[in-house]
Amino acid sequence: MRVSCVLTEEGSLGRYIARRLLLTVPVLLGASFLIFAMVYALPGDPIRALAGDRPLSAAVMAQLREDFNLDDPLWLQYVKYVGDLFQGDFGTDFRGRPVLDTILLRLPVTAKLAAVAIAFEILIGVIAGVLAGIRRNGFFDNVVLVSTTVIVSIPILVLAFISQYVFGLQLGLFPIAGTTEGLYSYLLPGLVLASGSLAYVARLTRTSIAENMRADYVRTARAKGLPNKTVIVRHTLRNSLIPVVTFIGADIGTLMGGAIVTETIFNLPGIGRSVFDSVRAQEGAVVVGIVTLMVLFFIFFNLVVDVLYAVLDPRIRYD
Amino acid sequence: MTTLPSSASSVRSGDGSSPILSVEDLFVEFRTRENLVNAVNGISYTVSAGETLAILGESGSGKSVSAQAIMGILDMPPARIPNGEIWFEGRNLLTLPAEEQRKIRGPGISMIFQDALSSLNPVYSVGYQIGEMFRAHGGLSKKDAKQRAVELMDRVRIPAAAQRVNDYPHQFSGGMRQRVMIAMAIALDPRILIADEPTTALDVTVQAQVMDLLKDLQRETGMGLVLITHDLGVVNEVADNVAVMYAGRIVERGTVDEVFTKPGHPYTEGLLNSVPQVEAKGGRLQPITGQPPNLSRIPSGCPFHPRCPRRRLGAEALPGRDCAGDRPPLRLVVPGREAACHYSEEVLGV
Repeated sequence: MRVSCVLTEEGSLGRYIARRLLLTVPVLLGASFLIFAMVYALPGDPIRALAGDRPLSAAVMAQLREDFNLDDPLWLQYVKYVGDLFQGDFGTDFRGRPVLDTILLRLPVTAKLAAVAIAFEILIGVIAGVLAGIRRNGFFDNVVLVSTTVIVSIPILVLAFISQYVFGLQLGLFPIAGTTEGLYSYLLPGLVLASGSLAYVARLTRTSIAENMRADYVRTARAKGLPNKTVIVRHTLRNSLIPVVTFIGADIGTLMGGAIVTETIFNLPGIGRSVFDSVRAQEGAVVVGIVTLMVLFFIFFNLVVDVLYAVLDPRIRYD
Repeated sequence: MTTLPSSASSVRSGDGSSPILSVEDLFVEFRTRENLVNAVNGISYTVSAGETLAILGESGSGKSVSAQAIMGILDMPPARIPNGEIWFEGRNLLTLPAEEQRKIRGPGISMIFQDALSSLNPVYSVGYQIGEMFRAHGGLSKKDAKQRAVELMDRVRIPAAAQRVNDYPHQFSGGMRQRVMIAMAIALDPRILIADEPTTALDVTVQAQVMDLLKDLQRETGMGLVLITHDLGVVNEVADNVAVMYAGRIVERGTVDEVFTKPGHPYTEGLLNSVPQVEAKGGRLQPITGQPPNLSRIPSGCPFHPRCPRRRLGAEALPGRDCAGDRPPLRLVVPGREAACHYSEEVLGV
């Protein structure tokens, strides 16, 4: 994979991207089938769950089972589902609403939440990491070390409730739930969603900076008589941030999973909340549709990271 | 020795002309939690225009640390300079404000390092990194700086400089990378160039080319060259004067020709006996026995005495010259030769 051919040869990078995109097809099929099978394996009858306490006639139930292919064997259900998917049809939920509509309606909420989370990761994580890395073993470094350890060791679920209680209820700084206050209502859930990655970004940046400060080329930069600011920003920061940028890129995909918990606790109507509700209602089509979409995002951002990596570090070229 | 162009020939080495760089009684120590490492223990030397001074020693003898102290690029802490003066063109670098010191690095004194691959930043093109010298010190624009970088790459004989200016360090061979380092170091015509093991990482044929280049550049510019090395062959070929370091001290100093034909310190003698000589074909090499000293526990008296075949201890020693108890100062033994050995005259055979 690593050949010393130059980025300006657009062809090789283009071929690399094309091959990676091609590889996403089997990954997507495999992932969606697994999810499909897991939803299928859930105990209980979704039609009965849908009906709740009201009794449905046998004929209606049979009709519904027929409509949703529920009597077919697993593989046939899956093939029918994928067949529809290729025609842009994500299927409908049991209430007859197209899954695609649900996704399009709810995706912006999750996108905003993820954007706020990433912003926190960059703003707080990178800055804290840089400051800690430049003054290793100083006071601030120790503060970062302790606080990140605390954050990482608390489950996101607990962190969410604590922050709701402290910042929402006691201090009244942020709304506890919902999206009624626009972007402002995303700040607290965004911070909670980002917390784990944020701590990791801070640690990663700190280590990377500390390592690079001792690098030979930083010594060279000093020997060249470059101003201290140039030495730090151009010769230490840029090199140090390569692993951080790639981590944050890959983390966008991971945040989708975290959004399931965060959106549920903060009652945000995003796709994460949708997945949670749909799993409980055994809405197979919704779960599979959204989770497949999440897998797609994950693959996409990983590809972006790989390309970005080559742009940031000229030693890495793809062929 | 080298012949120099008119302006520099008047200040040739060792003729008492005023030096550009003068290090006086320099100490460097490293304080760690466990112990104190005395890396440099009172060294003094001078370098004049056009002179090549070789600083010869094993790894851990303090030669690189003293160079980094001159450049002002030691990490302090853990390093500390408890004593010493470094005079450059009438100014003591150690008492100069940091900003003034920085302005000297590059146009005044510059340095090249052993491993050019790790010493060049992997994410910037070589042209950018050479051009930085002009942008930081001369305020040149990015475009002009790149133009000057091409000229410099030509000057250090990198083929197809104009095409290669945008290439990255990893795309060059070892010898070409070291040339990039040299181009960067001579960019602003420094008065002193410190070369820290410039050829150690290169194969022998490339070594010779790089040393030739350095000598040519020195001839053109009249800069003083401080060559830090453990390679006696390189010293013999290019240096005018040599200072031999052991345990952070200079143990012998003189012209290369004289020191190499008649060493005045048992350590220098040991070094010369441990490398193959063309004349002495068939003879056995004699390595120096024992290990270099631990710099946090330097032996008392002469630091070399535990390994010295000529040491005189207790009753064997002359009064006040016990190798294990009395530290020998660096003293003038014969005209033009200093050595830090109580019995240097015996070593010299005079």
